[in-house]
Amino acid sequence: MELLAFGKTGWGDELFIATLMTIAVSITAMIIGFFFALIFTPLKLSKNKFFNFVGNSYTTVIRGVPELLVIYLFFFGGTGAVMYVASIFGYNEYIEINAFITGAFAIGIISGAYSTEVFRGAIQSIDKGQFEAAKTLGLNKFGQFFKIILPQTLRLAIPNLSNVWQITLKDTSLISVTGLVEIMRQSYIAAGSTRDPLFFYSFAAVLYLLLTFLSMKIINRLELKYSRGY
Amino acid sequence: MDLELMINSLPKLLNAALITLKLLSVSLIIGLFIGLLFAILRLNKNIIVNKFAYGYSYVFRGTPLLVQIFIIYFGLGQIEYLRSTFLWIILKEPYWCAIIAFALNTGAYTSEILRSAFQTIKPGIIEAGKSLGISSNIIFYKIQIPIAIRQSLPAYGNEIILMMKGTSLASTVTIMDLTGVAKYIISTTFKPVEVFIVAGSIYLFMTFIIHNVIKFLEKKYSFN
Repeated sequence: MELLAFGKTGWGDELFIATLMTIAVSITAMIIGFFFALIFTPLKLSKNKFFNFVGNSYTTVIRGVPELLVIYLFFFGGTGAVMYVASIFGYNEYIEINAFITGAFAIGIISGAYSTEVFRGAIQSIDKGQFEAAKTLGLNKFGQFFKIILPQTLRLAIPNLSNVWQITLKDTSLISVTGLVEIMRQSYIAAGSTRDPLFFYSFAAVLYLLLTFLSMKIINRLELKYSRGY
Repeated sequence: MDLELMINSLPKLLNAALITLKLLSVSLIIGLFIGLLFAILRLNKNIIVNKFAYGYSYVFRGTPLLVQIFIIYFGLGQIEYLRSTFLWIILKEPYWCAIIAFALNTGAYTSEILRSAFQTIKPGIIEAGKSLGISSNIIFYKIQIPIAIRQSLPAYGNEIILMMKGTSLASTVTIMDLTGVAKYIISTTFKPVEVFIVAGSIYLFMTFIIHNVIKFLEKKYSFN
């Protein structure tokens, strides 16, 4: 227990901050993932062959390649890519990208592929009549989507999105290889300096369990909220 | 694009892919046994046995695979007692530590897949077996297990692909699998995109093969 004390003698406060970091990265990655899903879900549902191909390639590649490899690509390639773009605009200084941004982006792209699949499935399982009814109500395309289709999609998508959230939360442990101090990295540092890896990694496992447990509780509430009337 | 590097790194990466496949197949085989065992425990009516099996799958599904590998590889070596037993021969090898972690992890997921498959078997099928005078052991082995396996094929196919991606974590405990070698080449040449394309294609190819094998099996064992 002394090892977990707050302040200078223990690792309690460091691990607490690291836990907040894990939550922050997971939420950021999930939001980035939603943006990707927003772009790629329509592409996957599109009747245009090219758009369809682009959408399918994204989900197939990301879901078929290990997360760690994607993270290495961003970790080693991110700086180069940003500097290349900057050099087109005439900026040639060295640019260092923050580990948080690289990590959140890498995990976000992965999480986006899973979210895309979830939204595609949810939209496809909505009854055709709903689309037609929305049209007959005289709503414009925007209104049709946001007032009629999206609320129903969310109800169907939330249980599966909760799985995506769990995957994303666990995937953030991989960002520790880039040096971002989240739970895994902090445990690694603590284990190294105290020579007590068993304790710190087990404690990390407990922290992750706690996070998954709490998020399940919150998601269950959301599920209830969105399935009112069913 | 550095085509030369891509061609030169291909044989190294293909060799490393063999290690990935080895890690995958060994841990899947062990994991299948663990999964079957715990699925049966989950169906047990004894509350303690049941809760124990549930706890196992909850913990292994609720924590990242990376933590599990680190606990087994870095953590277990710390226990003095273990160092003096024969287990140490296994636990000092990163290769076996990775396999133990993978097997326990995939075992947890497999147990959930099999459990839900067992639970979806219609009671009528088991009753039909009983009324034919077949003993309950044989009903289990000859009727319930084959149906459950067929039922769980699609989900298990996904699990195999997830596990294949999971084996990439072996590179964090010094094993030179496909991801490990890819990282090594990236960090020596600083050409992440080229190496990613080659290594990623190999992974995608393996995913493609697994996907099609499972599809074939699904068709072969379909009920109609």
